[in-house]
Amino acid sequence: MATGSQDSPRHEKFVTGIVGVGLSDVERTVPADEAPPLAPNAQLSQIGKPTPRWNGRAKVTGAVRFTADIALPGMLHGRFLRSPLPHARIRAVDTSAAERHPGVRAVLVLLGPNGAGGATSVSAEEDVEATRRNEQPIALYAGAAVAAVAAISEQAADEAVRLIKVQYEPLPFVVDMDDARAAGAPVVYETLDVQPGFGASGLVSPGLTLKGNVRGPAGDARGDVAAGLVAAEVVVEGEYRTQVQTHCCLEPHGIVADWRADGLTVHISTQFTAGVRAELARAFGLPLGRVRVIAEAIGGGFGSKSQLGYYGHAAVALSRKAQAPVRLVLERHEEQVDSGYRPATWQRLRIGAARDGTLAAMSLLSYGTAGTAIGAGVGNIAQRMYTCANFDESHYDVFINAGPGCAMRGPGNVPGAFALEQAIDELAEKLGIDPVALRDRIDASPVRREERRIGAERMGWSTRHPAGAETGTIKTGLGMAQSLWGANVQVNSACEVRVLRDGSVEVRSSVQDIGTGTGTIIAQVVAEEFGLRAEDIVIRIGDTDFPAGAPSSGSRTAASMTPPARNAAYQVCRQLFALVAPALGTTADDLQARDGRIVSRRDPARAMTFHDAAASMRTGQIAVVASRGEDYAGFRGRRGDMGFALNDLGGVQFAAVSVDTETGLVRVKRVVAVHDCGRPINPAQIESQVQGGILQGLGYALLEERVFDRQTGLIVNADLEQYKLPGALEVPAIEVHLIENYQGFSATDVYGIAEPSNIATAPAIANAIYNALGLRLRTLPMNRAAILTALAAGKN
Amino acid sequence: MAMNRFEWASARTAAEGAASGATTVADAMLPVPGGPPGQAVVLKAGGIDLLDLMKEGLLAPRRLVDLRAIAGLDAIAQESDGGLRIGALASLQQVAEHPLIADRARALAEAAGGSASPQIRHVATIGGNLLQRPRCWYFRSIAHRCLRKGGGKCFAVHGENQYHAIFANEVCAVVHPSTAATALVALGARIEIVNAGGDVRRPLLDEFFVAPETDVQRENDLKEGEVVTAVLLPAPAAATTSAHMRQSDKQAFDWPIADVAVVLERDADGRCSKASVVLGAAAPVPRRARATEEMLVGEMIDEKLAREAGHAALEASTPLARNHYKQPIFAALVARVLLRAAGQG
Ligand SMILES: Cc1cc2nc3c(=O)[nH]c(=O)nc-3n(C[C@H](O)[C@H](O)[C@H](O)COP(=O)(O)OP(=O)(O)OC[C@H]3O[C@@H](n4cnc5c(N)ncnc54)[C@H](O)[C@@H]3O)c2cc1C
Ligand code: SF4
Repeated sequence: MATGSQDSPRHEKFVTGIVGVGLSDVERTVPADEAPPLAPNAQLSQIGKPTPRWNGRAKVTGAVRFTADIALPGMLHGRFLRSPLPHARIRAVDTSAAERHPGVRAVLVLLGPNGAGGATSVSAEEDVEATRRNEQPIALYAGAAVAAVAAISEQAADEAVRLIKVQYEPLPFVVDMDDARAAGAPVVYETLDVQPGFGASGLVSPGLTLKGNVRGPAGDARGDVAAGLVAAEVVVEGEYRTQVQTHCCLEPHGIVADWRADGLTVHISTQFTAGVRAELARAFGLPLGRVRVIAEAIGGGFGSKSQLGYYGHAAVALSRKAQAPVRLVLERHEEQVDSGYRPATWQRLRIGAARDGTLAAMSLLSYGTAGTAIGAGVGNIAQRMYTCANFDESHYDVFINAGPGCAMRGPGNVPGAFALEQAIDELAEKLGIDPVALRDRIDASPVRREERRIGAERMGWSTRHPAGAETGTIKTGLGMAQSLWGANVQVNSACEVRVLRDGSVEVRSSVQDIGTGTGTIIAQVVAEEFGLRAEDIVIRIGDTDFPAGAPSSGSRTAASMTPPARNAAYQVCRQLFALVAPALGTTADDLQARDGRIVSRRDPARAMTFHDAAASMRTGQIAVVASRGEDYAGFRGRRGDMGFALNDLGGVQFAAVSVDTETGLVRVKRVVAVHDCGRPINPAQIESQVQGGILQGLGYALLEERVFDRQTGLIVNADLEQYKLPGALEVPAIEVHLIENYQGFSATDVYGIAEPSNIATAPAIANAIYNALGLRLRTLPMNRAAILTALAAGKN
Repeated sequence: MAMNRFEWASARTAAEGAASGATTVADAMLPVPGGPPGQAVVLKAGGIDLLDLMKEGLLAPRRLVDLRAIAGLDAIAQESDGGLRIGALASLQQVAEHPLIADRARALAEAAGGSASPQIRHVATIGGNLLQRPRCWYFRSIAHRCLRKGGGKCFAVHGENQYHAIFANEVCAVVHPSTAATALVALGARIEIVNAGGDVRRPLLDEFFVAPETDVQRENDLKEGEVVTAVLLPAPAAATTSAHMRQSDKQAFDWPIADVAVVLERDADGRCSKASVVLGAAAPVPRRARATEEMLVGEMIDEKLAREAGHAALEASTPLARNHYKQPIFAALVARVLLRAAGQG
């Protein structure tokens, strides 16, 4: 029980450990206004129970409004004119004919400091100034936005765009990373002026040198790699390639911007309402209080919707110019060409080990391309997953004439895991140690150890045959791989909980629900505190008029939002208890809320319904805003509003595949995924996250690939017909097992799941293919051409 | 891009369709020297291909003439000579499920039933399927004016040709987009066509298709003002069996990388007396594997022969830089479909 006064921090005992492995007590200091330790899930009524999505009914009945559904009176339609050439000097832009089109209300020329469109494009009138200064800006990739119009209909906007005349002077271009690295390749940037903020993953270091198209190296090192490799008894070395994967959100990027004299309101499909508000205020010189960002429903976001984006910027600038609301929703082609993607990488990984498996040294060299952006690194998975005293890495970004890449679900670690987890599999084989057993030796994480144990058992790992042992045409194989991701927290995350006199409970925050079910878990946590049911809680989120919530990126939303939700509810409860305690002839400390009632612990006969308690309130409401603090045990580090928790997130996946050796067809039959996210709040939603992660990983492993035509510098499969996403018949049997891992780090002890679930899939499949064929595929996607070529070559 | 505005008309009879002033979509897609764009009248059946072309800005017709209201044109029935008549408006789903087709022409049922996705199969018509334009991604890109669209070069030959033809690909490397056509050519089908004057012609489907060497700008011999009314299957000889299989990246909502149809006639002791083996997604038009057909005649079909037949089917193949992988797939598929048609697979 709590000790200490109301205002000073309390020392509390938390039950910690992995359920099923072993629990013990840990003492932590808890701020005075935060709730006491939460019992393990087995003792709770709302938390840890599969709970239907708060907006599920509205979604399946079509009642919910996505950004594209918003229609405001007098709304105009925005459209971009995009560069048809992959690299061109823009000699002149003539918008006069477009401006004379009767349906047109505003035309903007979009030419930022780095040329047309892209990461750094500013699309306000300032651009026009920039254009005047820099008379011949450069379009850096095909599809870069050159101009934008707002017109009274989509058709008028299309017509107007066609009336804009641009004089391009074609420049030599390069759209392939290897070509771009070669001597004499056309140069994308003469000088480097890319904004570091637009990094696609980890390793975004400022101040690196640029030679040709290659920028770097960024790196890190510990110990003595050379000595480690000399001492190593076994060394494996391989070169791995990963391709570009696009986000393919079902709902495209889109915005409705409404600029008014008294302020700006935007509806936008975003992963971060509060962040977009801050960007808008900065870019357009408005006070935060005059900018409102609303995201009622969002059809998916995997990293590309975390910023305002050039399209958002352009729509607001058009609205300001036209003095009318502007709707700008990208088409699928634009989505595929210019809305970000997971960068392509090349990695050479060398690992040395002693005979017993102990890692002696690891050395990683990588190149990656995020087109015209930087930050195409391979994450920190090689650096951190396994115990290895000697490690070094160097990474280079390579520029090509392609749109800017950006973060995508597990950025860096997804390509990084493809190399690392195959290399460890290869090492295990060379050492004659089972891959699971080898990891038991070199992976210090107790969580992943338990995950491996469960996964191996469920998959029937002990039945795994030696690599390539089967003789038939169709060969089967089992493989496994692990994931590593940070347990991130946004400390600047707040929400308000209120109880109204009619007994209704409302939660308000700007946090958005991008389909992950953020609203549902907030409702569960608040309901638990009030002794109500999740469906009793009114969720009002996705609106910056409410307290600023967390971004839906970096797998940090649940970890950031559930503690303040619980703490706010706790404080509201305390106030309500204080209010009704006299009537019940007891003290507030003696009261608890459960099953819709407020009950005395000492004498359960002293009780009243939650409704009656609310009705007795002197004011119309009790409302409390709470904010996420530091973890009770502190953070490993901080970057701005982001804290890195002491723990890591893991996850281990096992895949069973079959490979048709005549046709090269790989089918993933079954995936067993064992994951942890601290305290699971809603197992149904977590399972759905993990399934989504696995499907995205499966597409990455076998099918998806952006295809550039090197003759013209254009993408030839910028649609969802030829860019191949897995479909219903590609979906394997997926079994998700969740570990309950209590650490006593926050009021809910919740961490993320979205990214960890996407990291291990491709290498698990690759290792299963190796087990089936005895051939290692080190290039993604592992499609038919890759499989048949490897089989024909018949060697590694 | 938004689609262009267009007029909508509905034909009540095939004759009305023929008299509607419609040009072929192939002609409507060619640049008109000097003339104003977007003046064509074109016919629409299920609209799957037509609307795709319009949405990509590749086709901007003035008027669509919808054929779907033509009564009875979706019927599938047996004819007095024992052949089957499949109305041009029969959906791929109808074709896949019709008991007469399942019984007489299993290859066709399998080809139609394995195409595209359930949603598309319910809307797409067999006539439209045979007349759809190819899926070469350069052809479908408004930014690439290739030979087939009246431009000066083929981008695929030295470009991204992973899904392109491995046979007869010198001029233009498209693969014929219709999967049903693979089976229909193997089955010796004819296509029935009427024109505005009421003339009816019924060429062999095989001869109706046009190779790039003959005319790179069209895939078939449909003429202005012609309407397809039916696909006709000859009465099968006794002891005829058939099968069709495909391989694609995705198991639904995708195009075949390779597909093969086999029709076998066998004599009383089970020896093959006639074989027709056709490769789809292999060449600009459905491709007969003649060497394979010849080596089967007079033989008992077994696994060994099937494998040899598979390899023989690759004769004269000229894969491009990125589609060598299709060769082993075709070899395997020919063997498998052969065994399946022979009741052994
Ligand atoms: C994702 C995807 C996957 C696909 N996969 C496959 C596949 O695996 N196999 C396959 O075969 N197809 C596939 N398709 C293509 C689809 O089957 C065809 O687009 C469809 O069959 C066309 O038929 P329709 O009735 O919609 O034709 P429409 O689009 O209406 O017409 C096509 C053409 O035929 C003309 N036309 C139609 N009917 C007549 C007539 N009676 N007389 C004269 N002219 C006529 C039209 O003018 C037009 O030029 C796929 C399509 C998609 C989008
Ligand atoms: S293969 Fe044919 S359709 Fe494709 S680019 Fe070449 S000429 Fe055009």
